[in-house]
Amino acid sequence: MLKVRDLRTNILKPASLSLSVGECVAVRGPSGAGKTLLLRAIADLDPNDGVVTLDGRDRSTIAGPEWRRLVGYVPAEPGWWADTVGEHFGEWTAALVLVRHLGFPEETKAWPIDRLSTGERLRLALIRALMALPKVLLLDEPTAALDAASVAAVESLIGARIRAGLAVLWVTHDSEQAKRIAHRLLVLEAGQIREEAFEWLATSP
Amino acid sequence: MASYIALNYWELAAASVFVFMNAGLSVIFSLRVHRSMLVAAIRMVVQLALVGLVLTTLFSIVSPLWTGLAVLGMVLFAGHEAAQQQERRLSGWWSYGLGTGCMMMASVLVTVFALLIAVRPNPWYDPRYAIPLLGMILGNCMTGIALGLDTLTTSLVSRRASVEAQLMLGATRRDAAAPVMREALRSAMMPTINSMAVTGVVSLPGMMTGQILGGVPPAEAVKYQILVMVLIAGGTGLGAVTAVLGGVYRLTDGRHRLRLDRLTSSRVS
Repeated sequence: MLKVRDLRTNILKPASLSLSVGECVAVRGPSGAGKTLLLRAIADLDPNDGVVTLDGRDRSTIAGPEWRRLVGYVPAEPGWWADTVGEHFGEWTAALVLVRHLGFPEETKAWPIDRLSTGERLRLALIRALMALPKVLLLDEPTAALDAASVAAVESLIGARIRAGLAVLWVTHDSEQAKRIAHRLLVLEAGQIREEAFEWLATSP
Repeated sequence: MASYIALNYWELAAASVFVFMNAGLSVIFSLRVHRSMLVAAIRMVVQLALVGLVLTTLFSIVSPLWTGLAVLGMVLFAGHEAAQQQERRLSGWWSYGLGTGCMMMASVLVTVFALLIAVRPNPWYDPRYAIPLLGMILGNCMTGIALGLDTLTTSLVSRRASVEAQLMLGATRRDAAAPVMREALRSAMMPTINSMAVTGVVSLPGMMTGQILGGVPPAEAVKYQILVMVLIAGGTGLGAVTAVLGGVYRLTDGRHRLRLDRLTSSRVS
């Protein structure tokens, strides 16, 4: 569904990958390998070259805002532009199912953003991105600052969306998590992308 | 003709004793500003003397060409000054071109409007009216544009995550940059609004006091001052809006991306 060929920026080396409908691909790699740059380039947030298509449509024929509604991106440190949680959601009542699923009460709507913990921000940003009903979701360590129960809640939520057809590119450092959620594994190292077999994980430290 | 007391050079020299007094204080308290203060004082004297000379010539020949050239020189200098004040500059020609272009457009438009509609000298480009009016409007326009662009670039950098969060959710560049743009425009307009609000109470504007010293009845001087204040407000608003919109246009692109790579930080040292 999502095809990326020779995607590159002035820092990122040419990267190619593909995602099918309802597929989750994990991305691993050392810090500074360019994982965030790769996600940003797919979301078209930085100037980049290469061919990116979604369902056969070339990205260059789709306006930037529309592209980013189709291909959602949750960065490791999500941004906020208003003072309270509710202002970042078009319709809070519509988001309530997801909000409760990830362990927030209804009153979260009035919570001030600057009092949220890192983990709360990550989960709320994930809900915010899902509300736009993207076809592809790019996640940059969405569970990095979460406790075990929250990690399980996030994984089950995204898992359900994947079974419903969502394609996910999931950056994670946790090889156990990669095995739980992903169908395939990509390793980004020294600017090169390569496919890695899951068996390799079992023997790695 | 106006009744004013002409100063001779000895009287000016006598008044300059205060500059030397300041320099003396700097030496006594080791403030180390005596050198720069004397240099600044000398620069001021030389610059003003040159301006006096230039204005005398311009006023005597009343030529549209030379008036226009003087205006161009003033705008280019103001543009340079505004670009210097930026902490982060647009890369390439945009740094100088955007501010200067907007200043030129706004101050010339407003000055010409005032000359044709309000003051109506004969000929309309009479430098005795055109140059001082343009100077006052341009000076304020420069401050407004410099403040607006500085706020725009600084806020876009510090609030990058918030702007990009909106872009990620499918906002257009215009919507995503709107809060920062509003902030930049507010800070550009604030000095003008503040100065209008306190004029006559806290401060007596230089132009009005100058006219009064020159023998103009206060009521007439006040009318001129009101004219100049509204022209300044108009010129600053027009200039700042176009400069900030131009800045937003340059710092985003057709794919609705935030392009902070088109900024250079001027304070490397």
